[in-house]
Amino acid sequence: METPNSITKKIKSIRFGIFSPEMIKDMSAAKVVTPELYDMEGYPVDGGLMDTRLGVIDPGIVCKTDGLRLKDSLGHFGYISLARPVIHVKFAGLILDLLRTNCRDCGRILIPDDKRDTFIESFARAEKEDGFSGRRAAVKDAISSLRTIKKCPHCDAKQQKITLERPTTYLENERRISPIEIRTRLEKVTDEDMMIFGMNPEFVRPEWLVQTILAIPPVTTRPSITLESGERSEDDLTHKLGDIVRINQRLFENINAGAPEIIIEDLWDLLQYHVTTYYDNEVTQLPPARHRTGQPLKTLSSRIKSKEGRIRHNLAGKRTNFSARTVVSPDPKIELNEVGIPRSVAMKLTVPERVTEWNINYLKQFVQQGPKAYPGSNYIIRPDGKKMKITDETQEMLLEEIQPGFIVERHLLDGDITLFNRQPSLHKMSMMAHRVRVLPGKTFRVNPAVCAPYNADFDGDEMNLHVPQTEEARAEAEVLLQVQTQIISPRYGLSIIGCNQDAITGNYLLTKFMTLRYEQAVDLLAQTGVTDFSALPKKEIVTGKEVFSVLLPKGFDFTGEAKDRTPVAIEDGILLEGFMDKANLGEGAGLMLRNIHKKYGEDQALDILGKFYRLGAQALQIYGFSFNYDDLILSENSQKEMHKVIEQAYADVDILIKKYQENRLEVLPGRSPSETLELTILERLNRARNDTGAVAQKQSSELGPTMVMAQSGSRGSVINMSQMSACVGQQSFRGGRIDRGYSNRTLSCFSRNDLQPAARGFIDVGFRNGMKPWEFFFMAMTGRDSLMDTALRTPKSGYLYRRLANALQDLKVDYDGTVRDAGGKIVQFAYGEDGLAVAKTRGGRIDIKKIVEQVKE
Amino acid sequence: MSADIFMTYEGKLPTSIIEEVKQLLPASASQKRIENVLSAVYEEYLDTLEEAGDAVGIVAAESIGEPSTQMVLRTFHFAGVSEMQVTSGLPRIIEVFDARKTIQTPTMEIYLREPYNAGKDLKSIAQRILETTVDDYVSSISLDISVPQIVLAVDKQALAHIDWTVDMLAKHINKKFKKFKVAASDKEITIKPGKEKNIDDLVKTRERIKKTFVNGIKNVSQVLPVKRGDEFIIMTAGTNLKDVFELEYVDTTRTISNDLYEVESLLGIEAARQLIIDETVKVLRTQGLNIDVRHIMLVADTMTMTGELQGINRTGIVREKASVLARASFETPFKHLVNASLVGETDELNSVVENVMVNQPIPLGTGLPRLVVRRDV
Repeated sequence: METPNSITKKIKSIRFGIFSPEMIKDMSAAKVVTPELYDMEGYPVDGGLMDTRLGVIDPGIVCKTDGLRLKDSLGHFGYISLARPVIHVKFAGLILDLLRTNCRDCGRILIPDDKRDTFIESFARAEKEDGFSGRRAAVKDAISSLRTIKKCPHCDAKQQKITLERPTTYLENERRISPIEIRTRLEKVTDEDMMIFGMNPEFVRPEWLVQTILAIPPVTTRPSITLESGERSEDDLTHKLGDIVRINQRLFENINAGAPEIIIEDLWDLLQYHVTTYYDNEVTQLPPARHRTGQPLKTLSSRIKSKEGRIRHNLAGKRTNFSARTVVSPDPKIELNEVGIPRSVAMKLTVPERVTEWNINYLKQFVQQGPKAYPGSNYIIRPDGKKMKITDETQEMLLEEIQPGFIVERHLLDGDITLFNRQPSLHKMSMMAHRVRVLPGKTFRVNPAVCAPYNADFDGDEMNLHVPQTEEARAEAEVLLQVQTQIISPRYGLSIIGCNQDAITGNYLLTKFMTLRYEQAVDLLAQTGVTDFSALPKKEIVTGKEVFSVLLPKGFDFTGEAKDRTPVAIEDGILLEGFMDKANLGEGAGLMLRNIHKKYGEDQALDILGKFYRLGAQALQIYGFSFNYDDLILSENSQKEMHKVIEQAYADVDILIKKYQENRLEVLPGRSPSETLELTILERLNRARNDTGAVAQKQSSELGPTMVMAQSGSRGSVINMSQMSACVGQQSFRGGRIDRGYSNRTLSCFSRNDLQPAARGFIDVGFRNGMKPWEFFFMAMTGRDSLMDTALRTPKSGYLYRRLANALQDLKVDYDGTVRDAGGKIVQFAYGEDGLAVAKTRGGRIDIKKIVEQVKE
Repeated sequence: MSADIFMTYEGKLPTSIIEEVKQLLPASASQKRIENVLSAVYEEYLDTLEEAGDAVGIVAAESIGEPSTQMVLRTFHFAGVSEMQVTSGLPRIIEVFDARKTIQTPTMEIYLREPYNAGKDLKSIAQRILETTVDDYVSSISLDISVPQIVLAVDKQALAHIDWTVDMLAKHINKKFKKFKVAASDKEITIKPGKEKNIDDLVKTRERIKKTFVNGIKNVSQVLPVKRGDEFIIMTAGTNLKDVFELEYVDTTRTISNDLYEVESLLGIEAARQLIIDETVKVLRTQGLNIDVRHIMLVADTMTMTGELQGINRTGIVREKASVLARASFETPFKHLVNASLVGETDELNSVVENVMVNQPIPLGTGLPRLVVRRDV
């Protein structure tokens, strides 16, 4: 924990550049000269790759450079002096360009001085358009257009054709040029000519791209791991560096011994190979360097690249302590902005509280309790930053020692603020702040009304919980992240939290059909958390509407529509007309919840929402809602009617097919005759399915469970009902009827070229009656198709999302109301043309009508 | 008189809101009431404004990204059987946001001027827009090797659609094939080679004649007259806005193509921005997804803010970022790191990712304000 006097430094900027050989030497703590790692005792060898001057990874050993121990010492760079220079693969392309565009003799760029200025401008333009590589291309183009590629305009030296044999071999007229020669040529390039290339001579010299000295990263970046057997297993980078050092030593020895040129060349090539694979082990032209097991080594570039690489995995993605994860289960009895936490979790997660003279006794109680009793505490942090674990032994001592300035990490208590999250975290409502309710059990408890923003259900979903550890974080969580602050979605300016499932069914039945005895109503309301029953009319029998009205605040007026467009009217907090269903209680729909939020504020809106939810769920228990297999049976009359509908459809389809075969079908514009046939048949059959649905709906009572659920919008639809009891309908595959399988037919039980509905995936019975084998097969086909569809779509939309987020993440509204990006460029002069925050609007608009109505003279 | 009161709010309130107030207020409203309403609206407007530091970008990305996971890949048109086939759903959104140069189904919606939009002569107008070749106007084309000659049996009915005669067609062909003798009879056109009688050449010529452009607008491979509201429009497969705009019966103010680059070059970047918004909204509406336009506007504005179309990908917007680390964290990290080191670039840590990387507060929301603490007090 920071002390009041400490000031942390801030990184203002990061500069990129290339190390010169001198810089590498200057910053190095050691020169590596031997491939050996450890001596007989297992102690790091001096001048080896694990030299203790490069940092320490073993407990107990002190770093010779900074005198610090493991975890305190950051580690230091070292270097190898290469016997012969080697090319850096990542710059191979640039080196080629430099060789080609600069004179081989005088090193000047192959552009005459008098034309120089005219080109510089066009190069700058190219860089603006296509970046650094665009500039390089422009320079090349300019030189080839000048025809100076053959002869230097400065010294008249004849130029040769230079090619790059990837990855790192350069040929001049088919003759190989050694890195030594390349280096001397690059040394001749002037600073002014480099600027033409867009390179900054302040930070780069071209000859540095051919390396004579190799920097060795600190030991701490490539820690070895000790296996259970006590054996040491080195990091891939250490292995690779070992190879380099070994070959380098041999090259030195051979050169000094005056070995034949051919042997030296071979060793040189080998050194080049090792250095190349040290940077990038996935160069296409080279076989990757492998472990003895055959698995390729993970060298520098693969450490950085991709989703699992340093940048996206460690730098852009952070990990945290003080978090918990377990299964969630529903509990409508807790508030929406609460989360039920198992005691076992509450005893592991802690909140740091600083001891002051006013709370010392309060905090001592937690220390007294220790880590094993709830509510207790696990650690104490002394003002010097030392963390002390509270155990049976240390407890007494710590209790005496504790004084203002200490920090006690106490167990979670009811009312503490926590962050709750479910992956995938697709929008900001995927992580909201909830207050703690420590409950028995082993799962996190969630009010089912907040499932919608998390997109959670209870079929085994797990969620994460984080405990903010600083005052600042807790304050932000309370003010900005609590559930009530997130009720209105910034996506469309409507409530994203609402009733669902039973809560809608219950409220629908209650407000449309139910009447209760007075005592029953009071009981019901009490269970939802109402304590003041004065709003309930004192009659023996009260209607459901009257019960529901008790939850509405006095003075609330609303007119709207139910799902079936019947009017809903609330006046002065009393539901006068209509009933409640998904259109007014559900998430993202209707303005009733939005209006309550607007008029009474977020806290009260949340409270009312919770009460709506409980009222619905409880009302359903009084009503006794259940679902019966018999509910799906059609009456004899309905069955007859249904058969008639389907037969009629079949007859119509027959006529269509006949017309088609006789070429009399009226072709739709832009379609072929067979497409027209398919489309019209599809249309006809879908109409038939809908008609059977209507038959089923007609015979079903308004109070049938399926109907109630479909009508209220809580679950399912009329189509679901008709599919169960009447007719499943056409199985559509890739947007049409099923037409694949065997040659010219779908299944071998049909004749070839059969265009009849049944042969093309029309199912004329309901699920209740059961399907025939081929019908079952057709369903399986479409089922698989839609499964694949989802599997293929998810990564696509995920990638789109990542790109969008990456492109837009820096945009913000500035103090002057403009939308700007990170560089201060203006994207919009007013956000969304009018500057309105969607989350504060009602469905994207200001309710001017209401203001006009309300404001008189 | 009352206009003056509205005038005082100009510049303070967006015009769209002032207009709405004007419409909703009864004409009989007194001066005082107008004033009161306007000041109440203004107060409400100030309350509803986006606050400084709000991360509108990421909110827009979330608002589009979250529901797009639920979007149906293929849309099934049961009801609109007679509509044109147009890419829809997620693929179309990706196409638009990517600012693809070639799109899957280029389409135009051609609005007609009065009185053509009433439906009269619609078919022939549509026919004239369709790109046709000789092949479309002949019922058969035969090659007589013995003479040798090519004989076209002309489909006069088809020709009548574009008010052409057999003679005109013959002349048209002759213009393109000057080395041949072209003769027209009542319903036949005979084409004889001038000198050489190489059969191979003749066969090739026959194919070339078939593909010779006759009439219509290039690239338009399909036309479909559709009723839109109470007027008729023509939908096409294939786009060529420039040529369509030159037709006298076309309403150039409303006719539009769905090709971003075509619209940009012809109508300008603002039109392209509007097209991005319209196309996205169209897809979202067919999917039944509710997303506020402001989010889509923001995407469209970032794509067009430089005055050129930029896709949301590594060659577009992301490349424009000032920060090396932000670019590297998206895609192809090496390219960016290597080039940055050569140029000696400096990352000023102004945007979000870099600050996440170095564990510093991000410059958005509560991380935006900078406070200076005086230590000596």
